[in-house]
Amino acid sequence: MFFGFGVLKGMTVTFKNFVLSYFSKERLTTVQYPEERLPEKERFRNFPFLIYDNKPEDLRCVSCDICAKECPPKCITIVRDSDEAGKPLKRPKVFDIDFSICMNCGICEEVCPFDAIFMDHEFELAEYGRFEDLNYHKDDLLKSNEYFAKIRPHDAAEVDARLAEKAKKEAAAKTVAPPAVPPQPPQPQQN
Amino acid sequence: MDYALKNSETLETQTLEVNLGPQHPSTHGVFQMNVILEGETIVRLKPVMGYLHRNHEKLAENMSYLGSMPFTDRLDYICSMTNNFAYATAVEKMANMEVPERAQYIRIIMAELTRLVNHTLLIGFLLNDLGAFFTPVLYAFREREKILDLFEAVAGSRMMCNYFRFGGLKVDVTGDFIPHVRQIINNYPKFLDEFEELLSENEILMARCQNVGIISKDLAINAGLSGPMLRATGVPYDVRKIDHYSIYDRFKFRVPIGEKGDVYDRYYIRILEMRESIKILDQAIKEIPEGEFISKTGAVAAKTPRNFKLPKGDAYSRIEAPKGELGFYLVSDGTTKPYRYHVRAPSFINLTVLEDMCLGYKVADAIINLGSIDIVLGEVDR
Repeated sequence: MFFGFGVLKGMTVTFKNFVLSYFSKERLTTVQYPEERLPEKERFRNFPFLIYDNKPEDLRCVSCDICAKECPPKCITIVRDSDEAGKPLKRPKVFDIDFSICMNCGICEEVCPFDAIFMDHEFELAEYGRFEDLNYHKDDLLKSNEYFAKIRPHDAAEVDARLAEKAKKEAAAKTVAPPAVPPQPPQPQQN
Repeated sequence: MDYALKNSETLETQTLEVNLGPQHPSTHGVFQMNVILEGETIVRLKPVMGYLHRNHEKLAENMSYLGSMPFTDRLDYICSMTNNFAYATAVEKMANMEVPERAQYIRIIMAELTRLVNHTLLIGFLLNDLGAFFTPVLYAFREREKILDLFEAVAGSRMMCNYFRFGGLKVDVTGDFIPHVRQIINNYPKFLDEFEELLSENEILMARCQNVGIISKDLAINAGLSGPMLRATGVPYDVRKIDHYSIYDRFKFRVPIGEKGDVYDRYYIRILEMRESIKILDQAIKEIPEGEFISKTGAVAAKTPRNFKLPKGDAYSRIEAPKGELGFYLVSDGTTKPYRYHVRAPSFINLTVLEDMCLGYKVADAIINLGSIDIVLGEVDR
């Protein structure tokens, strides 16, 4: 072949791509982001959120501190709540996640024994401040179980089934042997 | 140096020192080349590394074994799946863990898909270095995106996958995984044909790449090169064939080798390797069995990483990552944290021959020599 044939052959490829980009979605793959969006993948993970069951007071988190210990970059801070007598309660007083440190690995949701923390799909979180604005507190992190079922239907169904079975077992255990300590009245919610 | 002498007889000349990088798009990240020039010819080249040092190895000594897994994603951030793979095999070797059949197959599929991603992207960026601005690299990005979509659907993240666990995988693949991989297997050869039509016989590319940056066999072996860099010099050395780690002995594939060891060989060997990867994918996807995706002990270790201990001792485990031999060396003192954790990073060791490749060539050749080594600074500096 004559010199320059390889270049010309390459040019036909670019020309073919150029022309076909008007007709074929395969060739023109650009998505005009803010106006157009790709469908979200269910397993997509970004930052963690805390889950509550019916109302925001019913946090699933019992402040066991496992996620904070397992978190590789140590972005979770938990302080356990206590009543007036100083007795520790099974709920967090402070639950902070610093999103400027979090690296979206998803280990917190894997190790949580109470299915209380899950990875969110929310990714448009730009802020002006560098430090405090991205340090999300407990109230910012709370999201309902319905929201979880909306963004991750398969995982939510699995978790709900697991929790229902656990509740059934606990109820069965209670009917067999009544607990030594009488059930406590609901605590007044702080913050 | 003979260039300097030749010129000094006629006219007094001086060498010129040029810093290429660290803020330079052709250095693929924050890498500095300290080049001494005689006219336009390179007489000395000093690579300066460490701008992206993030303490990876020391960090790993202060956290649980699983805690380092998401950090391995960030070594070579283009092929996080193979980094996970290498680390998981190292821990499994120490803990004597079994990996279920299905997990093995999914691991192989993910590793070969990663090889496709890496080689496609490398060729795109190599052409960028040659001055073919962004047409080839955007074609490469277009195809890579299809594989990254698959990674996102399965592992949850496009690049920082964090998908492997000791003794298996984080989670089973989704229902549409196999059709999606089939689609990639069917479409990728067409794309490679098109890519080759665009590039392989291009006279400009041949003139720039052939007989440039030649590495001899001896130098390649003595410098400890691995991966496509070594095979391009004509040494048939592939850890997949030699160690038969995981279940690579079940697949039929060939190891392409080059002749001269120039930039063109290193370019072409990657095209051939991608074709072989597609063969492996094709076989793996046909044979993939049903079953568990993680062993029982592995599931416990993934759920409670803080209690996961390795027996006293050490282990070195290596795999054929897209860039070369990626190895993890672990020393355990019996606690939940590694006593020593070392990464044998292929792009770091392949980078050591850069000066030998560049001496006597022009500055523009140094750029494509660097591009053909296939470095990712996340892995070089760690």
